[in-house]
Amino acid sequence: MLRDAVLVAGKDLRIELRSRIGLNQVGPFAIAVLLLFGLALGPDRAVLAPASAGLFWVAVLLSTLLAVQRSYAIESADAARDGLRLSGLDPAGIFLGKAGAVAAQLLVLEAGLTVGVALLYGAHLSGGLVLIAACAAGTLGLAAVGTLYGVVASGLRTRETLLPLLFLPVVAPVLLAATKAWNAALAGTPGRAGGWLDVLVVFAVLYIAIGTVAFGPLLEDG
Amino acid sequence: MSTPRFALPQGRSRALGALGAAALVGVAATVWLGLFVTPPDQFMGNLVRLLYIHPPMAWVAFLAYGIASLASLLYLWPRTRAEHFDRLAGASAEVGVVFTGLTLVSGSIWGRPTWGAWWVWDPLLTTTALLFVLYLGYLALRRVPGEFHVRARRSAIGALIAFVDVPIVYFSVEWWRSLHQAPTVLNPTTHKTYVHGSMAWTLLLGFVSFTLVYIWLMAHRYRLGKLEDLEDTEGLGAALAERRAEGEAA
Repeated sequence: MLRDAVLVAGKDLRIELRSRIGLNQVGPFAIAVLLLFGLALGPDRAVLAPASAGLFWVAVLLSTLLAVQRSYAIESADAARDGLRLSGLDPAGIFLGKAGAVAAQLLVLEAGLTVGVALLYGAHLSGGLVLIAACAAGTLGLAAVGTLYGVVASGLRTRETLLPLLFLPVVAPVLLAATKAWNAALAGTPGRAGGWLDVLVVFAVLYIAIGTVAFGPLLEDG
Repeated sequence: MSTPRFALPQGRSRALGALGAAALVGVAATVWLGLFVTPPDQFMGNLVRLLYIHPPMAWVAFLAYGIASLASLLYLWPRTRAEHFDRLAGASAEVGVVFTGLTLVSGSIWGRPTWGAWWVWDPLLTTTALLFVLYLGYLALRRVPGEFHVRARRSAIGALIAFVDVPIVYFSVEWWRSLHQAPTVLNPTTHKTYVHGSMAWTLLLGFVSFTLVYIWLMAHRYRLGKLEDLEDTEGLGAALAERRAEGEAA
């Protein structure tokens, strides 16, 4: 299963490296979102800096939607999805691989966004370990739910509108917990982030577990 | 005309009618008792009358989601997989969304005079609002056309993904608020309303009659779902003939 996951993740990441859609479209999209938040809240750093954790995670959530849609768009061309089903790879492995590839891209994006909130909003980066832990656990949860709903929506005519409606309410706890963990770290009290990190880990583990079980039937149905 | 396979047997049709009548009488009695018979509350005055409809609505919403999740689980379980569990899940979730909407509206109307705001970021309210959106997504997913078992399995998995989320949402939101500020708006000691005598009976009647409304609506929605599937497979003409036959029989 893990070997299959590495294969699929490698394939997805190779495609992304060569097509550079993530780099050329998702990254700039996230920067545009950060700039728009800045415009909406005004130039006052006293307002922007305390809000930077929440704005960061909303930008990540929106970017996840694009990354997931991209992850399934590459399967829709040339009947690649049928190839995937015929490949004999373990469906759980395919799920883990696709989610892993989405998570890897999101982590790169988050590194860029972190610099963005520090520069644009004047967020004082501290508690680095908590920031990284929240990113790791939160991103795994987002990628798991995204990949799961991505396969549900892929192949449907209404996928562009259906995916955000399904995805965003479910990941509300990730937004909440990750924002709180980041706020604690940025405020210089990383000790208070502990419980929120637990929420992120529980969420990620739960949805990775559901994904490994449910992905097979969903892939067959599409 | 072919024998109406999907028409309700006369006995069951009557039972459903009786159930509807009982639900109607129950709701009417709740309104009458709630508005005219029960006394105003010592602290909340006439606002307390919302007590007879708001908690029963919330109860029905949660009951409906519980049944929808259970039915989805039974559909996914290979040994209990049957078409009627999928229809039950769909019907129950749809009624649940309606009652969640009613709960939010009635709660908001109650909140304005008591808390001074149409909306407060209370754990229960926030969870209910997220539930509303979650299940709207589920209903949207159900409405995507497709082969019956493909659609049913997709929907059942969607329902369970949403259901698993509910406790995480609730606990994280509750924690978010309690870490943030002391629960001043929904303090359990001040929020508690002493309910006794006619008020208790009215509240109980509210619960019973709203549950009857739920069962009645769900039974009809279930029937409608069945007829919709029939229309898909055998065409509108057949469905119309069945419905007419049912009307003649009743």
